Amino acid sequence: MSNLKVAWADFKNGLVVENPLLVLMIGLCSALAVSSRLENTIFMGVAATFVLVCSNAIVSLIKKVTPPTIRIPIFIVIIASFVTIVDLSMKGYFPAAYERLGVWIPLIVVNCMILGRAEAFAYGNSIFRSVADGLGIGAGYTMVLMIMGFVRELLGSGKIILFDSTVLSLGSAYIKDPIRILVFFPGAFLVFGFLIGALNIVRQKREQK
Amino acid sequence: MDNFKFTVGPAPHIEKTEDTSKIMFWVIAALLPITIGAIYIMGTPALIVIAMSIAGSVGAEALWHAVSKKPMTIADGSAALTGLLLALTLPPQVSWWLPLFGGFIAITIAKFIFGGLGYNIFNPALVARAILLLSWPAQMTKAWLEPVNIDAKTMATPLYIAKKIPASFDAQAFIKSFLFTNKAGSIGEVSAVLLLVGAAILLFKKIIDWRIPFFYIGTVAFLTFAAGKNPTFYVLAGGLIIGAFFMATDYVTSPITPRGRIIYGVGLGAVTVLLRFYSNLSEGVMFAILFMNMLAPLIEKYSRPRVLGMAGKAKS
Repeated sequence: MSNLKVAWADFKNGLVVENPLLVLMIGLCSALAVSSRLENTIFMGVAATFVLVCSNAIVSLIKKVTPPTIRIPIFIVIIASFVTIVDLSMKGYFPAAYERLGVWIPLIVVNCMILGRAEAFAYGNSIFRSVADGLGIGAGYTMVLMIMGFVRELLGSGKIILFDSTVLSLGSAYIKDPIRILVFFPGAFLVFGFLIGALNIVRQKREQK
Repeated sequence: MDNFKFTVGPAPHIEKTEDTSKIMFWVIAALLPITIGAIYIMGTPALIVIAMSIAGSVGAEALWHAVSKKPMTIADGSAALTGLLLALTLPPQVSWWLPLFGGFIAITIAKFIFGGLGYNIFNPALVARAILLLSWPAQMTKAWLEPVNIDAKTMATPLYIAKKIPASFDAQAFIKSFLFTNKAGSIGEVSAVLLLVGAAILLFKKIIDWRIPFFYIGTVAFLTFAAGKNPTFYVLAGGLIIGAFFMATDYVTSPITPRGRIIYGVGLGAVTVLLRFYSNLSEGVMFAILFMNMLAPLIEKYSRPRVLGMAGKAKS
Protein backbone atom coordinates (compact mmCIF):
# COMPACT_ATOMS: atom_id res chain seq x y z
CA MET A 1 0.00 0.00 0.00
CA SER A 2 2.79 2.42 0.86
CA ASN A 3 4.19 1.82 -2.62
CA LEU A 4 0.97 3.07 -4.14
CA LYS A 5 0.96 6.07 -1.82
CA VAL A 6 4.47 7.05 -2.91
CA ALA A 7 3.49 6.69 -6.56
CA TRP A 8 0.38 8.80 -6.01
CA ALA A 9 2.55 11.51 -4.38
CA ASP A 10 4.87 11.38 -7.39
CA PHE A 11 1.89 11.76 -9.70
CA LYS A 12 0.48 14.74 -7.78
CA ASN A 13 3.92 16.32 -7.63
CA GLY A 14 4.10 16.44 -11.43
CA LEU A 15 0.54 17.66 -11.75
CA VAL A 16 0.81 20.80 -9.62
CA VAL A 17 3.86 21.26 -7.38
CA GLU A 18 6.37 20.70 -10.17
CA ASN A 19 4.11 21.44 -13.09
CA PRO A 20 6.53 21.39 -16.04
CA LEU A 21 5.06 24.46 -17.75
CA LEU A 22 3.87 26.76 -14.97
CA VAL A 23 6.45 26.01 -12.27
CA LEU A 24 9.57 24.44 -13.81
CA MET A 25 8.97 26.36 -17.06
CA ILE A 26 10.51 23.72 -19.28
CA GLY A 27 9.28 22.53 -22.65
CA LEU A 28 7.76 25.96 -23.29
CA CYS A 29 8.68 26.35 -26.94
CA SER A 30 6.38 23.67 -28.32
CA ALA A 31 3.70 24.44 -25.73
CA LEU A 32 3.45 28.07 -26.80
CA ALA A 33 3.50 27.07 -30.46
CA VAL A 34 0.84 24.34 -30.56
CA SER A 35 -1.62 25.84 -28.07
CA SER A 36 -3.41 27.98 -30.66
CA ARG A 37 -6.03 25.22 -31.05
CA LEU A 38 -7.55 22.94 -28.45
CA GLU A 39 -7.42 19.91 -30.74
CA ASN A 40 -3.67 20.34 -31.29
CA THR A 41 -3.05 20.46 -27.55
CA ILE A 42 -4.82 17.12 -26.99
CA PHE A 43 -2.64 15.37 -29.56
CA MET A 44 0.50 17.09 -28.35
CA GLY A 45 -0.27 16.30 -24.71
CA VAL A 46 -0.98 12.63 -25.37
CA ALA A 47 2.12 12.28 -27.57
CA ALA A 48 4.41 13.91 -25.00
CA THR A 49 2.90 11.92 -22.12
CA PHE A 50 3.38 8.65 -23.99
CA VAL A 51 7.03 9.46 -24.70
CA LEU A 52 7.57 10.61 -21.10
CA VAL A 53 6.13 7.50 -19.49
CA CYS A 54 7.90 5.06 -21.83
CA SER A 55 11.28 6.79 -21.71
CA ASN A 56 11.08 7.15 -17.93
CA ALA A 57 10.33 3.43 -17.63
CA ILE A 58 13.21 2.33 -19.88
CA VAL A 59 15.70 4.78 -18.36
CA SER A 60 14.79 3.54 -14.88
CA LEU A 61 14.98 -0.07 -16.02
CA ILE A 62 18.53 0.16 -17.38
CA LYS A 63 19.89 2.69 -14.88
CA LYS A 64 22.19 0.09 -13.29
CA VAL A 65 23.93 -0.69 -16.59
CA THR A 66 24.03 2.89 -17.91
CA PRO A 67 27.55 4.33 -17.62
CA PRO A 68 27.19 7.83 -16.11
CA THR A 69 29.64 9.35 -18.58
CA ILE A 70 27.48 8.65 -21.62
CA ARG A 71 24.06 8.66 -20.01
CA ILE A 72 22.73 11.70 -21.93
CA PRO A 73 23.31 10.15 -25.40
CA ILE A 74 21.66 6.97 -24.16
CA PHE A 75 18.64 8.94 -22.90
CA ILE A 76 18.40 10.71 -26.24
CA VAL A 77 18.44 7.41 -28.15
CA ILE A 78 15.67 6.01 -25.93
CA ILE A 79 13.55 9.16 -26.25
CA ALA A 80 14.14 9.35 -30.00
CA SER A 81 12.92 5.76 -30.43
CA PHE A 82 9.60 6.53 -28.74
CA VAL A 83 9.22 9.81 -30.59
CA THR A 84 9.68 7.92 -33.86
CA ILE A 85 6.91 5.53 -32.78
CA VAL A 86 4.59 8.46 -32.04
CA ASP A 87 5.63 10.24 -35.22
CA LEU A 88 4.93 7.30 -37.50
CA SER A 89 1.67 6.27 -35.79
CA MET A 90 0.29 9.80 -35.92
CA LYS A 91 1.26 10.08 -39.56
CA GLY A 92 -0.58 6.82 -40.22
CA TYR A 93 -3.72 7.27 -38.12
CA PHE A 94 -4.22 11.03 -37.77
CA PRO A 95 -2.73 12.57 -40.93
CA ALA A 96 -4.67 15.84 -40.56
CA ALA A 97 -3.50 16.48 -36.99
CA TYR A 98 0.02 15.39 -37.95
CA GLU A 99 -0.02 17.95 -40.75
CA ARG A 100 -1.00 20.75 -38.36
CA LEU A 101 1.44 19.86 -35.61
CA GLY A 102 4.18 19.58 -38.22
CA VAL A 103 7.68 19.83 -36.86
CA TRP A 104 6.61 19.90 -33.20
CA ILE A 105 6.08 16.13 -33.00
CA PRO A 106 9.64 15.18 -34.08
CA LEU A 107 10.90 18.00 -31.87
CA ILE A 108 9.64 16.18 -28.76
CA VAL A 109 13.05 14.46 -28.95
CA VAL A 110 14.78 17.61 -27.78
CA ASN A 111 11.99 18.74 -25.42
CA CYS A 112 13.89 19.36 -22.20
CA MET A 113 10.87 18.33 -20.15
CA ILE A 114 11.39 14.70 -21.16
CA LEU A 115 15.18 14.66 -20.95
CA GLY A 116 14.91 16.56 -17.67
CA ARG A 117 12.68 13.93 -16.06
CA ALA A 118 14.91 11.11 -17.32
CA GLU A 119 17.95 12.80 -15.81
CA ALA A 120 16.40 14.19 -12.63
CA PHE A 121 13.97 11.45 -11.70
CA ALA A 122 14.04 8.19 -13.65
CA TYR A 123 17.82 7.76 -13.46
CA GLY A 124 17.67 7.54 -9.69
CA ASN A 125 14.29 5.97 -8.88
CA SER A 126 12.45 2.70 -9.25
CA ILE A 127 10.56 1.89 -12.43
CA PHE A 128 7.19 2.06 -10.66
CA ARG A 129 7.82 5.54 -9.30
CA SER A 130 9.32 6.68 -12.62
CA VAL A 131 6.16 5.69 -14.50
CA ALA A 132 4.04 7.52 -11.92
CA ASP A 133 6.25 10.59 -12.29
CA GLY A 134 6.00 10.41 -16.10
CA LEU A 135 2.21 10.18 -15.87
CA GLY A 136 2.03 13.11 -13.44
CA ILE A 137 4.33 15.39 -15.41
CA GLY A 138 2.57 14.40 -18.63
CA ALA A 139 -0.84 15.09 -17.11
CA GLY A 140 0.32 18.45 -15.75
CA TYR A 141 1.71 19.35 -19.17
CA THR A 142 -1.46 18.27 -20.99
CA MET A 143 -3.70 20.07 -18.52
CA VAL A 144 -1.97 23.44 -18.87
CA LEU A 145 -1.70 22.97 -22.62
CA MET A 146 -5.43 22.31 -22.89
CA ILE A 147 -6.35 25.33 -20.79
CA MET A 148 -4.15 27.51 -23.01
CA GLY A 149 -5.57 25.95 -26.16
CA PHE A 150 -9.12 26.42 -24.92
CA VAL A 151 -8.67 30.10 -23.99
CA ARG A 152 -6.68 30.98 -27.09
CA GLU A 153 -8.97 29.23 -29.57
CA LEU A 154 -12.21 30.37 -27.94
CA LEU A 155 -11.31 34.04 -27.51
CA GLY A 156 -8.94 34.26 -30.46
CA SER A 157 -11.26 32.80 -33.09
CA GLY A 158 -14.65 32.86 -31.33
CA LYS A 159 -15.33 29.15 -31.57
CA ILE A 160 -13.87 25.78 -30.66
CA ILE A 161 -13.58 23.15 -33.37
CA LEU A 162 -12.94 19.59 -32.22
CA PHE A 163 -12.58 16.88 -34.87
CA ASP A 164 -14.32 18.91 -37.59
CA SER A 165 -17.35 19.92 -35.53
CA THR A 166 -17.94 23.18 -33.71
CA VAL A 167 -18.48 22.34 -30.07
CA LEU A 168 -18.62 25.86 -28.63
CA SER A 169 -19.27 29.21 -30.24
CA LEU A 170 -19.40 32.79 -28.98
CA GLY A 171 -21.85 33.93 -31.65
CA SER A 172 -21.38 35.23 -35.17
CA ALA A 173 -20.92 38.85 -34.04
CA TYR A 174 -17.86 37.87 -32.00
CA ILE A 175 -16.49 35.49 -34.63
CA LYS A 176 -16.37 38.38 -37.09
CA ASP A 177 -14.10 40.46 -34.82
CA PRO A 178 -12.37 38.23 -32.27
CA ILE A 179 -9.29 39.21 -30.25
CA ARG A 180 -7.10 37.76 -32.99
CA ILE A 181 -3.83 38.42 -31.20
CA LEU A 182 -4.54 35.46 -28.91
CA VAL A 183 -3.99 32.89 -31.67
CA PHE A 184 -0.68 34.52 -32.61
CA PHE A 185 2.55 34.18 -30.64
CA PRO A 186 2.12 37.34 -28.51
CA GLY A 187 -1.22 35.88 -27.39
CA ALA A 188 0.51 32.67 -26.32
CA PHE A 189 2.82 34.63 -24.06
CA LEU A 190 -0.03 36.73 -22.67
CA VAL A 191 -2.22 33.73 -21.79
CA PHE A 192 0.77 31.85 -20.39
CA GLY A 193 1.74 34.82 -18.23
CA PHE A 194 -1.78 35.09 -16.84
CA LEU A 195 -1.80 31.36 -15.99
CA ILE A 196 1.49 31.67 -14.09
CA GLY A 197 0.10 34.70 -12.27
CA ALA A 198 -3.10 32.86 -11.37
CA LEU A 199 -1.14 29.88 -10.01
CA ASN A 200 1.08 32.19 -7.95
CA ILE A 201 -1.96 33.89 -6.42
CA VAL A 202 -3.43 30.50 -5.47
CA ARG A 203 -0.12 29.40 -3.93
CA GLN A 204 0.29 32.63 -1.95
CA LYS A 205 -3.22 32.31 -0.58
CA ARG A 206 -2.46 28.72 0.46
CA GLU A 207 0.80 29.64 2.18
CA GLN A 208 -0.91 32.38 4.13
CA LYS A 209 -3.39 29.91 5.58
CA MET B 1 19.88 87.58 12.82
CA ASP B 2 19.58 86.02 16.22
CA ASN B 3 16.30 84.41 15.38
CA PHE B 4 17.53 82.90 12.12
CA LYS B 5 17.24 79.11 12.15
CA PHE B 6 19.37 76.78 10.12
CA THR B 7 17.75 73.50 9.26
CA VAL B 8 20.16 70.63 9.38
CA GLY B 9 19.25 67.54 7.48
CA PRO B 10 20.10 65.38 4.53
CA ALA B 11 19.69 66.60 0.94
CA PRO B 12 17.62 67.58 -1.01
CA HIS B 13 17.28 71.03 0.51
CA ILE B 14 15.48 72.63 -2.41
CA GLU B 15 12.33 70.89 -3.44
CA LYS B 16 10.70 71.32 -6.81
CA THR B 17 7.03 72.04 -6.78
CA GLU B 18 6.42 69.65 -9.65
CA ASP B 19 4.78 66.33 -8.90
CA THR B 20 3.20 63.62 -11.00
CA SER B 21 -0.23 65.18 -11.26
CA LYS B 22 1.20 68.57 -12.27
CA ILE B 23 3.33 67.00 -15.00
CA MET B 24 0.40 64.94 -16.25
CA PHE B 25 -1.71 68.09 -16.28
CA TRP B 26 0.81 69.93 -18.43
CA VAL B 27 1.15 67.02 -20.86
CA ILE B 28 -2.63 66.83 -21.21
CA ALA B 29 -2.71 70.61 -21.66
CA ALA B 30 -0.07 70.30 -24.37
CA LEU B 31 -2.21 67.70 -26.12
CA LEU B 32 -5.31 69.91 -26.02
CA PRO B 33 -4.52 71.86 -29.24
CA ILE B 34 -4.30 68.67 -31.29
CA THR B 35 -7.28 67.10 -29.52
CA ILE B 36 -9.54 70.10 -30.08
CA GLY B 37 -8.18 70.53 -33.60
CA ALA B 38 -8.86 66.89 -34.40
CA ILE B 39 -12.40 67.04 -33.06
CA TYR B 40 -12.99 70.25 -35.03
CA ILE B 41 -11.54 68.89 -38.28
CA MET B 42 -12.63 65.24 -38.07
CA GLY B 43 -15.91 65.74 -36.23
CA THR B 44 -17.90 63.30 -34.13
CA PRO B 45 -15.99 60.09 -35.03
CA ALA B 46 -12.84 61.51 -33.45
CA LEU B 47 -14.77 62.68 -30.40
CA ILE B 48 -16.27 59.20 -29.88
CA VAL B 49 -12.88 57.49 -30.15
CA ILE B 50 -11.26 59.93 -27.70
CA ALA B 51 -14.13 59.67 -25.19
CA MET B 52 -14.26 55.87 -25.37
CA SER B 53 -10.51 55.48 -25.00
CA ILE B 54 -10.35 57.73 -21.93
CA ALA B 55 -13.42 56.02 -20.48
CA GLY B 56 -11.74 52.65 -20.97
CA SER B 57 -8.46 53.62 -19.32
CA VAL B 58 -9.93 55.58 -16.40
CA GLY B 59 -12.54 52.83 -15.89
CA ALA B 60 -9.82 50.19 -15.81
CA GLU B 61 -7.86 52.22 -13.27
CA ALA B 62 -10.92 52.58 -11.02
CA LEU B 63 -11.73 48.88 -11.36
CA TRP B 64 -8.16 47.85 -10.55
CA HIS B 65 -8.09 49.96 -7.42
CA ALA B 66 -11.47 48.64 -6.34
CA VAL B 67 -10.27 45.05 -6.75
CA SER B 68 -6.76 45.44 -5.29
CA LYS B 69 -7.90 47.82 -2.52
CA LYS B 70 -4.88 50.05 -2.98
CA PRO B 71 -4.99 53.87 -2.81
CA MET B 72 -6.59 55.56 -5.79
CA THR B 73 -4.31 57.13 -8.36
CA ILE B 74 -6.97 58.30 -10.81
CA ALA B 75 -6.58 61.88 -9.65
CA ASP B 76 -2.98 62.13 -10.88
CA GLY B 77 -4.31 62.08 -14.46
CA SER B 78 -1.93 59.43 -15.73
CA ALA B 79 -4.73 57.07 -16.76
CA ALA B 80 -6.57 59.83 -18.58
CA LEU B 81 -3.35 60.77 -20.36
CA THR B 82 -2.76 57.16 -21.44
CA GLY B 83 -6.30 57.01 -22.80
CA LEU B 84 -5.90 60.29 -24.66
CA LEU B 85 -2.55 59.27 -26.17
CA LEU B 86 -4.00 55.94 -27.28
CA ALA B 87 -6.98 57.66 -28.90
CA LEU B 88 -4.65 59.97 -30.83
CA THR B 89 -2.93 56.94 -32.41
CA LEU B 90 -6.18 55.35 -33.61
CA PRO B 91 -8.04 55.85 -36.88
CA PRO B 92 -11.22 57.92 -36.34
CA GLN B 93 -13.70 55.47 -37.85
CA VAL B 94 -13.03 52.35 -35.80
CA SER B 95 -15.92 50.62 -34.01
CA TRP B 96 -16.80 52.27 -30.70
CA TRP B 97 -15.76 49.25 -28.59
CA LEU B 98 -12.24 49.15 -29.99
CA PRO B 99 -10.85 52.25 -28.18
CA LEU B 100 -12.77 51.22 -25.05
CA PHE B 101 -11.07 47.82 -25.06
CA GLY B 102 -7.75 49.46 -25.95
CA GLY B 103 -7.89 51.86 -23.01
CA PHE B 104 -8.77 48.97 -20.73
CA ILE B 105 -5.82 46.78 -21.75
CA ALA B 106 -3.43 49.75 -21.76
CA ILE B 107 -4.03 50.20 -18.05
CA THR B 108 -4.46 46.58 -16.98
CA ILE B 109 -1.98 44.61 -19.10
CA ALA B 110 0.64 47.24 -19.83
CA LYS B 111 0.60 49.20 -16.57
CA PHE B 112 -0.78 47.46 -13.48
CA ILE B 113 0.42 43.94 -14.30
CA PHE B 114 3.93 45.40 -14.17
CA GLY B 115 3.26 47.16 -10.87
CA GLY B 116 1.54 50.42 -11.76
CA LEU B 117 2.77 53.88 -12.72
CA GLY B 118 6.56 54.05 -12.75
CA TYR B 119 7.14 50.34 -13.09
CA ASN B 120 5.90 49.63 -16.60
CA ILE B 121 8.56 48.57 -19.10
CA PHE B 122 6.60 49.57 -22.18
CA ASN B 123 4.58 52.64 -23.03
CA PRO B 124 1.02 51.57 -22.08
CA ALA B 125 -0.72 53.43 -24.90
CA LEU B 126 1.54 51.84 -27.50
CA VAL B 127 1.20 48.34 -26.05
CA ALA B 128 -2.56 48.73 -26.35
CA ARG B 129 -2.21 50.00 -29.90
CA ALA B 130 0.03 47.06 -30.84
CA ILE B 131 -2.51 44.60 -29.44
CA LEU B 132 -5.34 46.36 -31.28
CA LEU B 133 -3.35 46.42 -34.52
CA LEU B 134 -2.59 42.70 -34.37
CA SER B 135 -6.14 41.78 -33.32
CA TRP B 136 -8.15 43.96 -35.70
CA PRO B 137 -5.74 44.78 -38.55
CA ALA B 138 -8.55 45.56 -41.00
CA GLN B 139 -10.05 48.30 -38.83
CA MET B 140 -6.72 49.65 -37.67
CA THR B 141 -5.40 50.19 -41.20
CA LYS B 142 -8.52 51.14 -43.12
CA ALA B 143 -10.79 53.24 -40.93
CA TRP B 144 -9.36 56.59 -42.03
CA LEU B 145 -11.70 59.50 -42.54
CA GLU B 146 -10.61 60.39 -46.06
CA PRO B 147 -8.10 57.83 -47.30
CA VAL B 148 -6.03 58.75 -50.31
CA ASN B 149 -7.70 57.30 -53.37
CA ILE B 150 -5.10 55.96 -55.73
CA ASP B 151 -5.41 52.91 -57.97
CA ALA B 152 -8.75 52.10 -56.35
CA LYS B 153 -6.98 51.45 -53.05
CA THR B 154 -9.13 53.49 -50.70
CA MET B 155 -7.39 52.15 -47.60
CA ALA B 156 -4.24 54.04 -48.33
CA THR B 157 -2.35 56.46 -46.16
CA PRO B 158 0.38 58.57 -47.75
CA LEU B 159 3.09 56.36 -46.21
CA TYR B 160 1.37 53.28 -47.63
CA ILE B 161 1.42 54.78 -51.11
CA ALA B 162 5.04 55.85 -50.76
CA LYS B 163 5.95 52.27 -49.96
CA LYS B 164 3.63 50.07 -52.03
CA ILE B 165 2.77 52.20 -55.08
CA PRO B 166 5.83 54.44 -55.52
CA ALA B 167 4.97 55.11 -59.19
CA SER B 168 1.92 57.22 -58.31
CA PHE B 169 3.51 58.87 -55.29
CA ASP B 170 4.15 62.59 -55.05
CA ALA B 171 5.62 63.67 -51.71
CA GLN B 172 5.09 67.40 -52.23
CA ALA B 173 1.34 66.96 -52.62
CA PHE B 174 0.99 65.66 -49.08
CA ILE B 175 3.30 67.93 -47.12
CA LYS B 176 0.92 70.89 -46.87
CA SER B 177 -1.94 68.66 -45.70
CA PHE B 178 0.29 67.11 -43.05
CA LEU B 179 0.91 70.53 -41.57
CA PHE B 180 -2.72 71.61 -41.26
CA THR B 181 -5.55 69.18 -42.08
CA ASN B 182 -4.56 65.63 -42.81
CA LYS B 183 -7.61 63.36 -42.90
CA ALA B 184 -5.78 60.28 -44.20
CA GLY B 185 -4.35 59.20 -40.90
CA SER B 186 -4.85 58.68 -37.19
CA ILE B 187 -6.61 61.26 -35.03
CA GLY B 188 -3.33 62.64 -33.71
CA GLU B 189 -1.85 62.98 -37.18
CA VAL B 190 -4.39 65.58 -38.21
CA SER B 191 -2.04 68.54 -38.00
CA ALA B 192 1.70 68.70 -37.36
CA VAL B 193 1.49 72.41 -36.47
CA LEU B 194 -0.92 71.78 -33.58
CA LEU B 195 1.32 68.97 -32.30
CA LEU B 196 4.35 71.25 -32.42
CA VAL B 197 2.47 73.91 -30.43
CA GLY B 198 1.96 71.32 -27.69
CA ALA B 199 5.56 70.18 -27.94
CA ALA B 200 6.73 73.78 -27.56
CA ILE B 201 4.73 74.08 -24.33
CA LEU B 202 6.37 70.96 -22.93
CA LEU B 203 9.86 72.04 -23.97
CA PHE B 204 9.31 75.54 -22.57
CA LYS B 205 8.05 74.14 -19.25
CA LYS B 206 11.07 71.77 -19.28
CA ILE B 207 8.76 68.80 -18.85
CA ILE B 208 10.42 66.94 -21.71
CA ASP B 209 14.06 66.91 -22.65
CA TRP B 210 14.95 68.17 -26.15
CA ARG B 211 17.43 65.38 -26.83
CA ILE B 212 15.11 62.44 -27.53
CA PRO B 213 12.79 64.19 -30.04
CA PHE B 214 15.65 66.14 -31.63
CA PHE B 215 17.84 63.11 -32.26
CA TYR B 216 14.86 60.91 -33.17
CA ILE B 217 13.52 63.26 -35.84
CA GLY B 218 17.03 64.25 -36.89
CA THR B 219 18.03 60.63 -37.48
CA VAL B 220 14.88 59.97 -39.50
CA ALA B 221 15.50 63.09 -41.60
CA PHE B 222 19.15 62.22 -42.14
CA LEU B 223 18.55 58.56 -43.04
CA THR B 224 15.68 59.29 -45.43
CA PHE B 225 17.75 62.04 -47.04
CA ALA B 226 20.70 59.66 -47.35
CA ALA B 227 18.40 57.08 -48.95
CA GLY B 228 17.47 59.65 -51.59
CA LYS B 229 13.90 60.17 -50.37
CA ASN B 230 12.15 63.39 -49.39
CA PRO B 231 13.06 63.93 -45.70
CA THR B 232 10.32 66.54 -45.11
CA PHE B 233 7.67 64.04 -46.14
CA TYR B 234 9.02 61.27 -43.93
CA VAL B 235 9.35 63.54 -40.90
CA LEU B 236 5.80 64.89 -41.18
CA ALA B 237 4.10 61.67 -42.30
CA GLY B 238 2.58 59.16 -39.93
CA GLY B 239 3.05 59.24 -36.20
CA LEU B 240 6.62 60.48 -36.01
CA ILE B 241 5.93 63.93 -34.51
CA ILE B 242 3.47 62.74 -31.87
CA GLY B 243 5.64 59.69 -31.17
CA ALA B 244 8.86 61.66 -30.81
CA PHE B 245 7.51 64.41 -28.55
CA PHE B 246 4.79 62.68 -26.54
CA MET B 247 5.56 58.95 -26.42
CA ALA B 248 9.31 58.44 -26.76
CA THR B 249 9.82 61.02 -23.99
CA ASP B 250 7.71 59.09 -21.47
CA TYR B 251 9.69 59.32 -18.20
CA VAL B 252 9.13 55.75 -17.15
CA THR B 253 10.16 53.99 -20.34
CA SER B 254 13.04 56.12 -21.63
CA PRO B 255 16.62 56.53 -20.33
CA ILE B 256 17.28 59.37 -17.89
CA THR B 257 20.94 60.00 -18.65
CA PRO B 258 21.70 62.77 -21.17
CA ARG B 259 24.01 60.60 -23.28
CA GLY B 260 21.56 57.72 -23.00
CA ARG B 261 18.82 59.93 -24.41
CA ILE B 262 20.92 60.73 -27.45
CA ILE B 263 21.60 57.02 -28.07
CA TYR B 264 17.92 56.30 -27.50
CA GLY B 265 16.84 58.97 -30.00
CA VAL B 266 19.25 57.82 -32.69
CA GLY B 267 18.18 54.20 -32.14
CA LEU B 268 14.52 55.17 -32.45
CA GLY B 269 15.18 56.97 -35.71
CA ALA B 270 17.18 54.11 -37.17
CA VAL B 271 14.58 51.46 -36.26
CA THR B 272 11.73 53.63 -37.54
CA VAL B 273 13.38 54.14 -40.93
CA LEU B 274 14.29 50.46 -41.09
CA LEU B 275 10.68 49.44 -40.46
CA ARG B 276 9.27 52.05 -42.82
CA PHE B 277 11.51 50.96 -45.70
CA TYR B 278 12.07 47.25 -45.19
CA SER B 279 9.19 45.74 -43.17
CA ASN B 280 5.75 44.85 -44.49
CA LEU B 281 4.22 47.64 -42.41
CA SER B 282 4.07 51.12 -43.83
CA GLU B 283 4.57 52.86 -40.48
CA GLY B 284 7.25 51.99 -37.92
CA VAL B 285 7.05 54.54 -35.10
CA MET B 286 5.03 52.34 -32.71
CA PHE B 287 7.21 49.25 -32.96
CA ALA B 288 10.37 51.38 -32.91
CA ILE B 289 9.36 52.94 -29.59
CA LEU B 290 8.29 49.59 -28.10
CA PHE B 291 11.58 48.04 -29.24
CA MET B 292 13.70 50.85 -27.80
CA ASN B 293 11.64 50.74 -24.55
CA MET B 294 13.12 47.29 -24.10
CA LEU B 295 16.66 48.60 -24.55
CA ALA B 296 16.21 51.68 -22.33
CA PRO B 297 17.50 50.08 -19.09
CA LEU B 298 20.57 48.76 -20.92
CA ILE B 299 21.29 52.13 -22.50
CA GLU B 300 20.91 53.76 -19.10
CA LYS B 301 23.34 51.32 -17.54
CA TYR B 302 26.10 52.06 -20.05
CA SER B 303 25.64 55.81 -20.28
CA ARG B 304 25.97 56.92 -16.68
CA PRO B 305 27.59 60.32 -16.39
CA ARG B 306 30.91 60.60 -14.61
CA VAL B 307 30.46 61.42 -10.94
CA LEU B 308 31.75 64.91 -10.13
CA GLY B 309 35.22 64.75 -8.67
CA MET B 310 35.83 61.16 -9.69
CA ALA B 311 38.59 60.47 -12.16
CA GLY B 312 38.18 58.10 -15.06
CA LYS B 313 35.11 56.13 -15.93
CA ALA B 314 32.09 56.06 -13.70
CA LYS B 315 31.67 52.80 -11.91
CA SER B 316 28.46 51.44 -10.55
